[in-house]
Amino acid sequence: MAKKIMAALVGAAVLGLGANAAQADTLTDVKAKGFVQCGVNGSNLAGFGAQDSAGNWSGLDIDLCKAVAAAVFGDATKVKYTPLSAKDRFPALQSGEIDILARNTTWSISRDSQLGFDFRAVNYYDGQGFMVKKELGVKSALELSGASVCVQSGTTTELNLADFFRSNNMDFKPVVFEAQDEADAAYNAGRCDVYTTDASGLYSIRLKMANPDDHMVLPEIISKEPLGPAVRQNDSKWFDIVTWSHYAMVAAEEFGITQANVEEMKKSANPDIKRFLGEEADSTIGADLGVPKDWAVQIIKAVGNYGESFERNVGEGSPLKIARGLNGLWTKGGLQYAPPVR
Amino acid sequence: MAESITYVRSQFLEPEKAPMSDSSAIGWVRKNLFASWKDSILSLVALAAILYFIPGLLNWLFVSAVWTGADRTACLTVDQGGQLPAGWNGACWAYVGDRFVQFMFGSYPRDELWRPLLVVVMFVGLLIPFLIPKVPRKGLNALLLLIVLPVVAFFLLLGGVFGLRHVETSLWGGLMVTLIISFVGIVVSLPAGILLALGRRSTMPVLKTACVVFIELIRGVPLITVLFMASVLLPLFLEPGNNIDKFLRALIGVSIFASAYMAEVIRGGLQAIPKGQYEAADALGLNYFHKMTFVVLPQAIKLVIPGIVNTFIGMFKDTSLVTIISMYDLLGIVKASFGDSAWITPVTPLTGLIFAGFVFWIFCFGMSRYSAFVERRLDKGHKR
Amino acid sequence: MALADARTGSGEPPKVSLLYNPALRSTVYQVVTIIVIVSAVWYAWNNVVQNLARANMSAGFGFLNSRAGFDVAQSLIAYSSDSTYFRALQVGLINTLVVAAAGIVTATIVGLLVGIGRLSHNWLIARLCTIYVEIFRNIPPLLVIFFWYLGVLALLPSIRTIFQHVKDNPDAIFFISNRGIYMPAPVFGEGFGVVLAAFLIGVVAAIAFTVWANARQRATGIRPPVLWINLGLIVLFPLLVFVVMGSPLSLDYAVPGSFNMNGGMVIGPEFLALYLALSLYTASFIAEIVRAGIRGVSKGQSEASYALGLRPGQATRLVVLPQALRIIIPPLTSQYLNLIKNSSLAVAVGYADLVAVGGTILNQSGKSIEIISIWMLIYVSISLITSLFMNWFNAKMALVER
Repeated sequence: MAKKIMAALVGAAVLGLGANAAQADTLTDVKAKGFVQCGVNGSNLAGFGAQDSAGNWSGLDIDLCKAVAAAVFGDATKVKYTPLSAKDRFPALQSGEIDILARNTTWSISRDSQLGFDFRAVNYYDGQGFMVKKELGVKSALELSGASVCVQSGTTTELNLADFFRSNNMDFKPVVFEAQDEADAAYNAGRCDVYTTDASGLYSIRLKMANPDDHMVLPEIISKEPLGPAVRQNDSKWFDIVTWSHYAMVAAEEFGITQANVEEMKKSANPDIKRFLGEEADSTIGADLGVPKDWAVQIIKAVGNYGESFERNVGEGSPLKIARGLNGLWTKGGLQYAPPVR
Repeated sequence: MAESITYVRSQFLEPEKAPMSDSSAIGWVRKNLFASWKDSILSLVALAAILYFIPGLLNWLFVSAVWTGADRTACLTVDQGGQLPAGWNGACWAYVGDRFVQFMFGSYPRDELWRPLLVVVMFVGLLIPFLIPKVPRKGLNALLLLIVLPVVAFFLLLGGVFGLRHVETSLWGGLMVTLIISFVGIVVSLPAGILLALGRRSTMPVLKTACVVFIELIRGVPLITVLFMASVLLPLFLEPGNNIDKFLRALIGVSIFASAYMAEVIRGGLQAIPKGQYEAADALGLNYFHKMTFVVLPQAIKLVIPGIVNTFIGMFKDTSLVTIISMYDLLGIVKASFGDSAWITPVTPLTGLIFAGFVFWIFCFGMSRYSAFVERRLDKGHKR
Repeated sequence: MALADARTGSGEPPKVSLLYNPALRSTVYQVVTIIVIVSAVWYAWNNVVQNLARANMSAGFGFLNSRAGFDVAQSLIAYSSDSTYFRALQVGLINTLVVAAAGIVTATIVGLLVGIGRLSHNWLIARLCTIYVEIFRNIPPLLVIFFWYLGVLALLPSIRTIFQHVKDNPDAIFFISNRGIYMPAPVFGEGFGVVLAAFLIGVVAAIAFTVWANARQRATGIRPPVLWINLGLIVLFPLLVFVVMGSPLSLDYAVPGSFNMNGGMVIGPEFLALYLALSLYTASFIAEIVRAGIRGVSKGQSEASYALGLRPGQATRLVVLPQALRIIIPPLTSQYLNLIKNSSLAVAVGYADLVAVGGTILNQSGKSIEIISIWMLIYVSISLITSLFMNWFNAKMALVER
């Protein structure tokens, strides 16, 4: 076995398929290799991480990856995507295969502490919901006792599901799948009555159904699912860049800076905006973060502000048509709030 | 006791009627289908089953099947939202046709498809002469096929050199991946298996124990666990921050697994070589290396060629398991396409699986036929 | 002899360079091997420690006692989301063993029939068996599983159709749907233990009677009516006790609930797909082994038994098969092992076997090294136990040569 591993190592080095030397920190490593390796959803979750037939990626999580690349390199195309299943995602980040995990991943205390990741930015506030066929005539999740529920294994969803039914003294029959598309197919074939995952996911999956109008998402949201990018622990420089790439998008929306008007806004008299866009003469914000001075400008140019990204990927401008709701700015009753850029 | 029984018949029996000629059609049917009443019942039941199933099957596969169409509406009945008459059921070949390139090459960039195609042409061009016993220069052929081709194919497929565009392995998929993984598994497992088998038969206890533990451990566990080990644990075993390609990890897993099985097949061959051969080689003063390469191994490997080919077949089928570590080989990509809204119909999974099954079957059946051919050919060699 | 004498006359053997001393070389090789292995293990271990520290992860099996939190669809022992990870693994192991055992039994029966069928004089039967073997042997088992799961079982009537069916036929007790096969479940009443005991006694008595009958046949040449008496002991006797005890058994029927059939017994499509695929796939290999085994018995054996006046069935059962078994058992063992290992493909359809449950735990807890070690340990143990049993069986079956 050990010999094999040695052989594998040598083989990998010879083949040049990777196996680079240990890195000091992710930022140095990313700069050295010239691109950001981003772990994204491998099962085509429309609105978050999906690939079209030409192989182009789009989605809220993809925008975040692009934003990070734009901040570091000033070029949003310097991203490579690793499609991951729910099962692969954590080992992939732990092993260093990817630099950021942006795969609609829920921030929870155990993942933050036990798995050795860092979360802070939340690019989508989600919650777990249920989808049923309309013909069942179910109006509430509390009427679901005895139902068969399709769920993806190894997710927080699976745990919440068990807890929800238990705490409401209901029973259910889990039908567990490795991959989301398997669960989709099983729900579609009538193997189960109910499909459960994050509400945003349900909307996206409903779109994939042969007849989306036959299905409805029940009103109950049974969990808090703050979805956000994760990086490895103890790498605060990289963590700061990833976190602030998201906050820059939110801040841009707060300031009213859009993809279209960003060049104009550079000339703004507002000192906060000037500082944010790197126009203040002696600003060291970019340098302190470890990125070029105009990092925020590059992010906004690449993906727009958070509102624009949201509308384009999951909001009214997309087939998903999800309302801003919790994901609105804090000034408009939502939870998206950027710390001051100062 | 014996006195009470008379064994000797005192008069002749009536002569039986001459047996029916075996060569006539009726005779053949009688002999082969209705030899006894049990046979007759079995034949009738089998015949009934065939008459019941085959027309329906042919109808489903060909007659009712949909051959052209752009999306799922082509294969849906009226009440499901398509145009076909209610109650229709048949294969949806239009879907296979629509996805054919994807099933073969995955997401490999469409304008770079000449690269895998060129590799296929080279592979076939080298393989066919290699398989025909009469074609000379087997050594050169083997060198080209087993050493040169993989290197050329590696640079051609992955790109990044000589001005070729770099194509990440995450874009590879379909039959291409199935073939690459099994071919690499074959190329690696044969020498590795020989070394392990020799190690297992070695007189050095340490070497022997190491090989036995490795072989038995790997053979004792399912391929999935080996694949999980390669895909999840390998990165942990290597230096922090390493970044081994996922595809490479699958290759390592399959190769490790195949080597252990190959080692046991080769060991069978080594054991079948008479002791006299070893002793004669020793008597000639050959050292271990020469003894093995010139005397023992050529005979041993020849003996177990059918076993080796069977291992190849098994490996070819086993590559389908990489689906489980989310890689898209032929089976994986066919299965992934079931979830695509453009082609969701009740008949899509069955059609796709029958297609994938047929492709796998062609390859495996071809290999097993070839193995039978080699076996017959070698048999003749022993007859004098 | 003379030559040897002439040689020995020359005195001491010629001095061989130390480089060519076999003992020394062997020692050097082995030391090098040990160094390579130890350093590779040390290298890997070192990296694991570093990687785990980097990822702020702990190692160890303590996590097995924490709450699992997820539900398992198929469980034969008491399990809920409050049970521990350890319990979940037990559920997985039992499910693995169940599907493997069921698969082995079915595969052996089907394989035996098909293998004999391929040698049948009946042209049609032989051809059908050949086609079966050639199809299943050359298709990946995973594909066969998907075929059953997605291609066949998913197309069965939906549960709504079944509800309608129940409304139309209130007396139906047996339903086939795309959620599995529903059937009445036996409910054991008080006193069923006595019936069970009677059954066991019957079996023991039947075995004892068979032994006695065999001895008697050997001594006198007359065979007592073993079949009928054993049937009486095994079936009639427990049945009698059952009636005497007042039929302590009732049936729990499956009835439509709001979403699923409630009550009764259900065999899920996940199990069915895996079980059918494993059985049919392995049966094709077993058929080939059986065929090779039977053909390996020389024709003279069956001709000799016909000459002794045995009927073809008897000749096969009493003369050919026992001899063929000696050829069959070793490869059969490896097929059984393959089937057990292939049962890990359960993960593809969500049947909660050891690998599927372990995978979920791996995902929830992140303990990849521990889970993969547990998998390997258990599978290697199962393989070893099966090999040992089959070796024992083989030794028992082996011809005692004089």
